[in-house]
Amino acid sequence: MNEKMMTCIVCPRGCRMKVTFEGDKMLSCTGNFCKRGADYARAEIAFPVRVLTSTVTINSYEVPRLPVKTSAPIPKDKLFEAMEKLKTLKVSVPVKHSDIIFSDFISKGVNLISCRSVNS
Amino acid sequence: MNLNKSLVVVGGGPAGLAAAIAAKENGINDVIILERGSCLGGILNQCIHSGFGLHAFGEELTGPEYAGRYEEKAEKLKVDYLTDTMVLSVSHDKTVIAVSKEKGLLIIKAEAVVLATGCRERTRGAINIPGTRPAGVFTAGTAQYYINMIGNHVGKKAVILGSGDIGLIMARRLMLEGAKVEMVLELLPYSNGLGRNIAQCLEDFDIPLMLSHTVIGVSGKERLEGVTIAKVDDRLLPIPGTEQFIECDTLLLSVGLIPENEIATGAGVELSPITGGAVVNENLETNIEGVFACGNALHVHDLVDYVSDEAARAGKSAAAYLNGDKKESSQYKTIITKNGVRYCVPQKIGTLTPEIPLFFRVATPSQGSTILIYADGNVVYKKREAYLTPSEMQMVKLSDETCKKLNEAKEITVELNTK
Ligand SMILES: Cc1cc2nc3c(=O)[nH]c(=O)nc-3n(C[C@H](O)[C@H](O)[C@H](O)COP(=O)(O)OP(=O)(O)OC[C@H]3O[C@@H](n4cnc5c(N)ncnc54)[C@H](O)[C@@H]3O)c2cc1C
Ligand code: SF4
Repeated sequence: MNEKMMTCIVCPRGCRMKVTFEGDKMLSCTGNFCKRGADYARAEIAFPVRVLTSTVTINSYEVPRLPVKTSAPIPKDKLFEAMEKLKTLKVSVPVKHSDIIFSDFISKGVNLISCRSVNS
Repeated sequence: MNLNKSLVVVGGGPAGLAAAIAAKENGINDVIILERGSCLGGILNQCIHSGFGLHAFGEELTGPEYAGRYEEKAEKLKVDYLTDTMVLSVSHDKTVIAVSKEKGLLIIKAEAVVLATGCRERTRGAINIPGTRPAGVFTAGTAQYYINMIGNHVGKKAVILGSGDIGLIMARRLMLEGAKVEMVLELLPYSNGLGRNIAQCLEDFDIPLMLSHTVIGVSGKERLEGVTIAKVDDRLLPIPGTEQFIECDTLLLSVGLIPENEIATGAGVELSPITGGAVVNENLETNIEGVFACGNALHVHDLVDYVSDEAARAGKSAAAYLNGDKKESSQYKTIITKNGVRYCVPQKIGTLTPEIPLFFRVATPSQGSTILIYADGNVVYKKREAYLTPSEMQMVKLSDETCKKLNEAKEITVELNTK
């Protein structure tokens, strides 16, 4: 059995949790204020994921960069691969916030979406 | 161009937007926002990470998404605004002078003004690092602007001074953008950043956080070549013999924010030496009748949700003022803060109601302290907090009964009992 201290990143409260695990299976979790903490710890032991936010090039007069994010968390060890892929994307105006820029981005079912509207 | 307006809102960030929206919702049609930037949204446009709106919308938004929600609302309500318009001064009689890219010089006679000019970052000059003045030294916010708004790189190998949230967020951004962050230094023995940001911005990328450390020198002729760091003692002075040279081409400074108040000073608004923002009453009105302040211009907030909330109250107060609901200012009493409470906003109150929160910050971190509020020496509010830290603004809302006691009291005190 292994033991690990972890900070829950789900909300700003940032609970410090003590987690015990065997391989990629969580055995216990203490210190979490709510259930989401234990869910986070379980995922973190088995398969850590993160939401990626970044920017991509856009052919706009208003702004040179369009802020984007993944619609759901992607594997943590693919963050750098995702950043490389973003460099190859170029968005054309107009774009609205929540528009899908790229479907099945890195993970199946995860979309890259626009975080703002740009008209021209 | 000469104009007359009921309400002029200076600054189109989240504070200015929320204030203008609230004023409009409370019957003031003749509102205009003046924003010096090329779009509304303020600093949120460059804060592309998520973590905004958990209180206001119950979901985690990025900065641009959060700003977008308010912009849409402003648009729906047809709130008037001018971007690329810099306010140069507001006079005591509420004459606003501004220059606009589109309209040229503007002289606006306003009946009420909301100051929502945000804050700016402390610069290296303000913390006096000795050494040369090479390129490659940025404030964290400037680097954030270059990277997220323009798409430029700032450097390849970086050291970050200051472990507040902006410093932590920028450490992750630099790593994702392909730079290497050698370390984040913090002068204090604890970080002022959120635990979740230390986890997801530093630990995720194996960036060391060096507490009780600072930069004591920078070197490099044209471009930064490295920094000398040292451990500090409990008086925060560098300890001789602990110096270390760290090679890097970029130094980011994330050493604090100060409310932006040149305009306020020009108008004769009284400022607090502790917050750097205006001294206000419970209606967020300054010492100048009809001039209100909110958001980071009033005091530096950590959560934009509280900014929007506060600014909406400023907008509502401005509307009440314009609708003829004026108050006598002689009845105000100053809230006394002591024993570990650094400040309280509002600083003075006449009539407190349960909708009006008191915001304050503590001076040092503590565990199990009790927040105490007294009316003429009698405890009227008491709350034990598991963990208090200077980086987290505290918000207290009081019951009807407590407000009544405070309203009747001659002296109000807020303090901390650390036992
Ligand atoms: C670099 C930086 C990063 C931040 N990151 C975060 C974060 O990650 N999360 C978080 O919750 N908070 C963050 N904050 C705090 C954030 O500023 C507030 O949450 C919020 O944006 C404050 O809103 P505001 O409207 O008061 O100020 P701002 O957003 O700064 O808006 C003020 C506006 O007033 C305009 N203005 C100023 N002077 C004039 C003038 N003379 N004439 C016309 N217009 C003027 C400015 O251009 C600006 O648009 C950050 C702050 C900074 C400085
Ligand atoms: S455990 Fe719950 S309360 Fe604690 S940080 Fe995680 S989500 Fe927030």
